[in-house]
Amino acid sequence: MFEQWRNFREGNWVKEIDVRDFIQKNYAPYDGDDSFLAGPTKRTLKLWDKVMELTKVEREKGILDAETKIPSGITSHGPGYLDKELELIVGFQTDKPLKRGIMPFGGIRVVEKALNAYGYELDPATKEIFKSYRKTHNDGVFDAYTEEMRKARHSGIITGLPDAYGRGRIIGDYRRVALYGVDKLIEEKQKEKRQLALEHMESGVIRLREELSEQIKALHELKEMAQSYGFDISQPASNAKEAIQWTYFAYLAAIKEQDGAAMSIGRVSTFFDIYIERDLKEGILTEEEAQELIDDFVMKLRMVRFLRTPAYNELFSGDPTWVTEAIGGMGLDGRTLVTKTSFRILHTLNNLGPAPEPNLTVLWSNHLPENFKKFCAKTSINTSSIQYENDDLMRRWYGDDYGIACCVSAMRIGKQMQFFGARANLAKALLYAINGGKDEISGEQVAPPFAPITSEYLDYDEVMSKFDQILDWLSLLYINTLNIIHYMHDKYAYERLQMALHDMDILRTSACGIAGLSVVADSLSAIKYSKVKVIRNEQGLAVDYEVEGEYPAFGNNDDRVDSIAYSIVKNFMNKLRKHKTYRDSIPTLSILTITSNVVYGKKTGSTPDGRKAGEPFAPGANPMHGRDKNGAIASMASVAKLPYQHAEDGISYTFSIIPKALGKNLDERINNLVGLLDGYFHDDGHHINVNVFDKETLLDAMDHPEKYPQLTIRVSGYAVNFIKLTREQQLDVINRTFHERF
Amino acid sequence: MMNYDNILIEKKKLSPIYPTERRPIMSVTGRIHSIETCGTVDGPGIRFVIFTQGCPLRCKYCHNPDTWKISEGKNMTVDELIQEIEKYKSYMDFSGGGVTVTGGEPLMQPKFVKELFRQCKERGIHTALDTSGYIPLEHAKEVIQYTDLILLDIKSFDYQTYKELTGVSNEPTLELAKYLSDIGKPMWIRYVLVPNLTDNPDHIEALAQFIKDLKTVEKIEILPFHKMGEYKWEELGYNYELKETPAPSKELVDSVKEIFKKYNLKV
Repeated sequence: MFEQWRNFREGNWVKEIDVRDFIQKNYAPYDGDDSFLAGPTKRTLKLWDKVMELTKVEREKGILDAETKIPSGITSHGPGYLDKELELIVGFQTDKPLKRGIMPFGGIRVVEKALNAYGYELDPATKEIFKSYRKTHNDGVFDAYTEEMRKARHSGIITGLPDAYGRGRIIGDYRRVALYGVDKLIEEKQKEKRQLALEHMESGVIRLREELSEQIKALHELKEMAQSYGFDISQPASNAKEAIQWTYFAYLAAIKEQDGAAMSIGRVSTFFDIYIERDLKEGILTEEEAQELIDDFVMKLRMVRFLRTPAYNELFSGDPTWVTEAIGGMGLDGRTLVTKTSFRILHTLNNLGPAPEPNLTVLWSNHLPENFKKFCAKTSINTSSIQYENDDLMRRWYGDDYGIACCVSAMRIGKQMQFFGARANLAKALLYAINGGKDEISGEQVAPPFAPITSEYLDYDEVMSKFDQILDWLSLLYINTLNIIHYMHDKYAYERLQMALHDMDILRTSACGIAGLSVVADSLSAIKYSKVKVIRNEQGLAVDYEVEGEYPAFGNNDDRVDSIAYSIVKNFMNKLRKHKTYRDSIPTLSILTITSNVVYGKKTGSTPDGRKAGEPFAPGANPMHGRDKNGAIASMASVAKLPYQHAEDGISYTFSIIPKALGKNLDERINNLVGLLDGYFHDDGHHINVNVFDKETLLDAMDHPEKYPQLTIRVSGYAVNFIKLTREQQLDVINRTFHERF
Repeated sequence: MMNYDNILIEKKKLSPIYPTERRPIMSVTGRIHSIETCGTVDGPGIRFVIFTQGCPLRCKYCHNPDTWKISEGKNMTVDELIQEIEKYKSYMDFSGGGVTVTGGEPLMQPKFVKELFRQCKERGIHTALDTSGYIPLEHAKEVIQYTDLILLDIKSFDYQTYKELTGVSNEPTLELAKYLSDIGKPMWIRYVLVPNLTDNPDHIEALAQFIKDLKTVEKIEILPFHKMGEYKWEELGYNYELKETPAPSKELVDSVKEIFKKYNLKV
């Protein structure tokens, strides 16, 4: 027993690495209200002002500063401080706050492009090393891509693939460092490696032995990094401040090593609460100090930065990092996992003001304490910075110690990871079905040729049969493409530190995704319930459509079309399930676009639902703009019908409502928002972003960004600083259905 | 490897769709103007709001003049409506909401509303009726037995003002209010505040005195006049008399609230 574990209840967690058991044995559920919370201290506000000053300069310049020579690694840079005297929690990715590191192991070209875009020059020696001596993930992928894969990538039927940068979506169990100290973790990894001294050395075992060795090296580097800040983290954390600092160091090492699209923090607040409660009982911490620690921790998470190219920003703008923290939820034994620190971390939105990061995600259950539900609803109404996911649904799959990678992807912490696969454009696939595998914009034969539809009006059965054929082709191509990407990522850009904070044997999923679901559902509905005339160009390519008559559109709680959306998801998922995957990962599917719905739309021709070429798709699983005419709840109800069992990687829905439509006063609004969330999740809705504000606010923010430095808005699975969006994306957000009534 | 079997468990959530299921041959039919799948301003919680067609009143400030004529709108059966309502049951349950019938004047179709509410109650759904009360009490009674909450619009306590504003007498309304009080039925009183029309403090004072003696009034809602219905009057070719009337100021609304508060009434 470590001295640092004084007063903790023992359990299996003492014998082996088992953070969940530690939490279950030691946490204190809280069902009271928010009256205990402390406001920001002067120190906190002073420090936050400094952050705001830096981010202001950053916004004007694009980025504050960048490294141009030394590739980022766990021990490559630092220590860095914002204000050494004031900071309670320390550590930055480089030697200065907001200065961006470079991570060429994903791909050197992307690094060079990103630096150039902001007026920096990559150091010639570094460039030479990665061009001539050290192969990158990106090089590996393109060595193995087939002609067909390149074409599909180019035409945009599959895009956003992590073939030039870190794949992300992996959550290390950063809490392990605080609970056990690094030495114990190293010892465990060495044991695992010894277990793998098998008689027959085949490639799987060899790979794993090499990976374990890398993991152990990374853990040593982690210790060294902490040492540079003056901390010895070889032993467990002995109080709340250390627990938060140790955990943050582990996370910091991960984001120094990897620039994955999404780098979630996991599920740390209730874990921290155990330490905070102990300190409060021992009289060595006050509520005000506890809140300060959480405020500081969140400040650090708000300052995570990666270097991105302008093309990347076009897809996912606003500089997102998806530092997702999962809050609340229920335990398998029926006790709530809500603790005072669940409140404290949400309270940072009040103390520091709204912000897109960390991506605060409430795991909602109908059984959550009423006081917590109301606090969440109130905070949503005031800040529009929270997303909600269905704990009652996910607990059935993932138990009660899962986190959310990125926006909506649940995974057991330390026991599961995913091979991120971006998404396939199903709207484009539908157009390929009509055009015999040719791209509707370039006319190029992308899919294998087959007979195009030649009739004047589209026939539902004919379209469906060809669509099915295209999805067969697409699903195989998609899985094969992912297999190559993740083979190479493991080989050239392995997540050493993050995987060191996992068990040796983990579950892997191949996380596929789709974009344009509502476009396809509406198109098929139009073909089935009204008449759709095809307009062809001189080459006979179908380039536009005329819809004659009305059709039921997705988002109106109308089973005629909702059942079509349901079948598309199930059908495509079943096709993905057929194929052999890298490392025997289990294929899954998400319905999520983030802000890329704008770019996807741009690259897709006119569709049979009446959408014109270039117009944006709806984000995630949202109904198309303005077509959900039966009010907010009908729209939510349609989305809730989509089958989670066939879209286990998550179904994203973004909901914007004006305050007045939620009720006449704050109490009514809180009550109705709680009712709305309870109803949606009771009916098996998976995810919802809640935005509460008037359209006028957004219009004003477009014209006067300086007035709204912290205006935060939830978009398909994450939150963004509204003023950081491109103008096009801002307009897309504003044009999306704003529910002015239910 | 962990157990991943439950991924494959199918859940059946879509109800059978086409052809629609067998319907009883006789289902009571109502004349419906429109439906709002869920509202938050007509009764507690999140509500499924049905606007019926037809109204005996001709209020000058009406924002739904398109519901006046009983001959318009569309026929819908109680069964059809119940089927639709059930799709939103979770939202109603969790928010403490339910079904509200408003209009138009719902009590012009007492048989229909009665049957609708009876079936709602069978399913444990809260029912609210928004009415002007201008209807023979006997007709209202049979609906009221299946109604949990009455939203009673008292447009003015002054006989002449009421008559001028609506074209009819306020006696049936006041009679209904007393009846609801006598049988212990909860009600909310709704009062539309229109500058220069219903803002006479003496009339409001008299109304407050009347309400104070009712035993089952849970709250009074002051609804500030707005002109969002004006365009409908023009479309329908009616003469909108309140073109020049402004929305009440916050001060006016507060002063009216004060009158009710003086009598310990919740506003």
